[in-house]
Amino acid sequence: MKALRNYIDKIKPHFEKGGKFEKLHSTFDAFETLLFVPNTTNKNGVHVRDAMDMKRTMATVVLALVPALLFGIWNAGYQHFLATGQEMDFWAMALHGAWKVIPIVIVSYVTGLVIEFIFAQLRGHEVNEGFLVSGMLIPLVLPVDIPLWMVAVATAFAVIIGKEVFGGTGMNIWNPALLARAFLFFAYPAYMSGDTIWISGLTNGEGIVDGYSGATALGAAVTSGNVDKFSLMDSFLGFIPGSIGETSTLAILLGAVILIYTGVGSWRIMLSVFAGGFLMALGFNAIGTTPLMQIPALHHMVLGGFAFGAVFMATDPVSATRTTRGKYIYGFLVGVLSIMIRVFNPAYPEGVMLAILLMNTFAPLIDHFVVEGNIKRRLKRASVNA
Amino acid sequence: MSEVIKIKKGLDIPLKGKADNVFGQAQLPDLFAIKPTDFHGVVPKMVIKEGEKVKAGSVLFYDKYQPDVKFVSPVSGELKAVIRGERRKILEVVVQSDGKNESLDFGVQDIAGLDREAVVKKLLEAGAWPYLRQRPYDIIARVNDTPKAIFISGFDTAPLAPDYDFIMTGKEKDFQAGIDALKKLSEQIHIGINDEAASKVFTNTKGVELHRFKGPHPAGNVGIQIGQVMPINKGDVIWTIQPQEVAAIGKLFTSGKPDFERTIVVAGSEIKKPAYYHTILGAAVTPYIGNNLNASENLRLISGNVLTGSQISDDGYLGFYHSQLTAIPEGDKYEFMGWAAPGFGKFSTSRSFFSWLTPNKNYRLNANMHGGKRAIVVSGEYEKVLPMDIMAEQLFKAILVEDIDKMEQLGIYELAEEDIALCEFVCTSKMNLQKILRDGIELMIKELG
Repeated sequence: MKALRNYIDKIKPHFEKGGKFEKLHSTFDAFETLLFVPNTTNKNGVHVRDAMDMKRTMATVVLALVPALLFGIWNAGYQHFLATGQEMDFWAMALHGAWKVIPIVIVSYVTGLVIEFIFAQLRGHEVNEGFLVSGMLIPLVLPVDIPLWMVAVATAFAVIIGKEVFGGTGMNIWNPALLARAFLFFAYPAYMSGDTIWISGLTNGEGIVDGYSGATALGAAVTSGNVDKFSLMDSFLGFIPGSIGETSTLAILLGAVILIYTGVGSWRIMLSVFAGGFLMALGFNAIGTTPLMQIPALHHMVLGGFAFGAVFMATDPVSATRTTRGKYIYGFLVGVLSIMIRVFNPAYPEGVMLAILLMNTFAPLIDHFVVEGNIKRRLKRASVNA
Repeated sequence: MSEVIKIKKGLDIPLKGKADNVFGQAQLPDLFAIKPTDFHGVVPKMVIKEGEKVKAGSVLFYDKYQPDVKFVSPVSGELKAVIRGERRKILEVVVQSDGKNESLDFGVQDIAGLDREAVVKKLLEAGAWPYLRQRPYDIIARVNDTPKAIFISGFDTAPLAPDYDFIMTGKEKDFQAGIDALKKLSEQIHIGINDEAASKVFTNTKGVELHRFKGPHPAGNVGIQIGQVMPINKGDVIWTIQPQEVAAIGKLFTSGKPDFERTIVVAGSEIKKPAYYHTILGAAVTPYIGNNLNASENLRLISGNVLTGSQISDDGYLGFYHSQLTAIPEGDKYEFMGWAAPGFGKFSTSRSFFSWLTPNKNYRLNANMHGGKRAIVVSGEYEKVLPMDIMAEQLFKAILVEDIDKMEQLGIYELAEEDIALCEFVCTSKMNLQKILRDGIELMIKELG
């Protein structure tokens, strides 16, 4: 690695101020720090620091997303051949899925990172690692048959309007990946819902076996009134149509284990989203006037994007509440609202995205009240002692 | 005996190079220095010129804002140099020792017969006043204040910190005399002791209230102990002092001469033989590290501990309040793909490094930042290592936007740098939290006085 380091040191002056490629400084810096942890040492304050940094934090989240991604790739192929009625082996399915999914991932990363690099250069700071996660989250919440240009447009919207206008990673109000999805949903509703978009090839009218519907479980529930076609076990394992990464609750839980064990993701939020959703669903079961209300609470947990939202979206530390107590409240309300929107809004039977975006908006308010509580405790202590 | 106060939040950073309870032998150095930068908010005014003779206890400089607070020479000899930095700011006042160790005599006095004024006067003229520091703000105590209480922490939980049980053995009488003198300044004197140590010096002391603490660092920080016993509210003033300084005050009254002898611990992964040394306040560190360093790579010398100490060069001096000298690797090297490596040898509170497989290992940590500075992203990190009911992140944000009301409401009065040093250690975004807090405190002093 010595040779590589020497080479970097040799070309480095060209990217510094006054050098030939001054305009690419941020880009150079991003790649340099990716290859080598910098040699900067602590100047004032603590002399030793925890080995954890933002790169590792974000890399851990990406790692946690890998099970969902891999399953999503396989499932894209599985669903495709199910729809076309062909018998295929595991590798054929995986290959077909990869053929569809990998380009989406690439488009998302390239679009987002180019924008990030440009903004970092304009602002004169280092490239933030936040997009490493967003760039993976965006493909995983999109339907597999989405046109690639839409991925690019949505990513650009999410990065610029969702993040950079607020000041970049750490400053945004909403989860950028969900913003990308919300943008597509409201800008191109015809593409983002219906019975064909979820299965690779269906939009182009590739052959469908008789009686096959490409609708998601929740979509089917709105029209047919039940989710009987999607057994609890199939839904948990993920053999159902849906966005690329959201179908397998098992793969998502694997990711959750990684996040919680490493301490990167908040178990408080995950737990309270599931608690809120489960209790809300139980409540609806008790009323039970519409078909959607009658979906068993446990089944709600494994359908649609609920688990994915709870584990990967609601826990985004920047857009979630930041106080410990606030996390319980925030997570619980995300769960409650997800199921509520799901049940009451037949036009769009998936509520997780909207619930999280709404609670992102209210997160600062929740934090405000938690902080006020702390201030009041302090004031009370002062007046008791006075 | 009061009940044990359990501190749950916090972190003991397992560093290599802890000293056993043994003394090392070293000659006293020729040079000693008092560093005005050790005292927050002090603007030094020199009293003597370079080349003038001094005795131990002779005034070197005083504080522009509190002219009664004098800083004295710890040894006899002559003023060798006044080292200045940018804009002629005085950094070090260096005294060359003549080895005779003559000191000024302030007269033996029976403490019992003295009133508050006499004690204050003596502490001021003998240069012992700066030992007393006040909370809030962690600055030298103001002469005209009457504190609600005086707090002493009888143990230090910082990484590789000295064992006060060991240091204070043999100083029982001086310590008691010091406490008697301090009693004239404040009725209430509280000592926090480690539940797991014998702390004989402290438990045998009369006229103090003892509190037992148990738990990881920062349980030994006086600020944390105050927070548990009588949290500081707006308007409260509490003074703090360290055990060795109490003994020095005691000796001042019983012998009439100012006492600058200190015991320090020299520790850290790069010290060949970590041990305790007898020395004198402000000593040059050369004799203690001379042949005692592993010199395989660039090193960092720290007066104090790795969390709050100040970096010094290898011909630097001990800080005024420090009883510890630490040496660690500088770590100014690039590390290939370091952020992605499994990290068996890296210490982290997050379990994303595989070092969680070896929980009892001691680490050779270096001064590398391990990453770049970022905006705050991860939440809830600071609270895990701050055993106080304080919302650290929100407080730091209030400081950054200079919102004085919020700073006050969120508890800035209760904190000093040492209390939040662990927050800085764990911060994924590598923020300089101690600096932020000090800036906030300086703003408070400027605006509110």
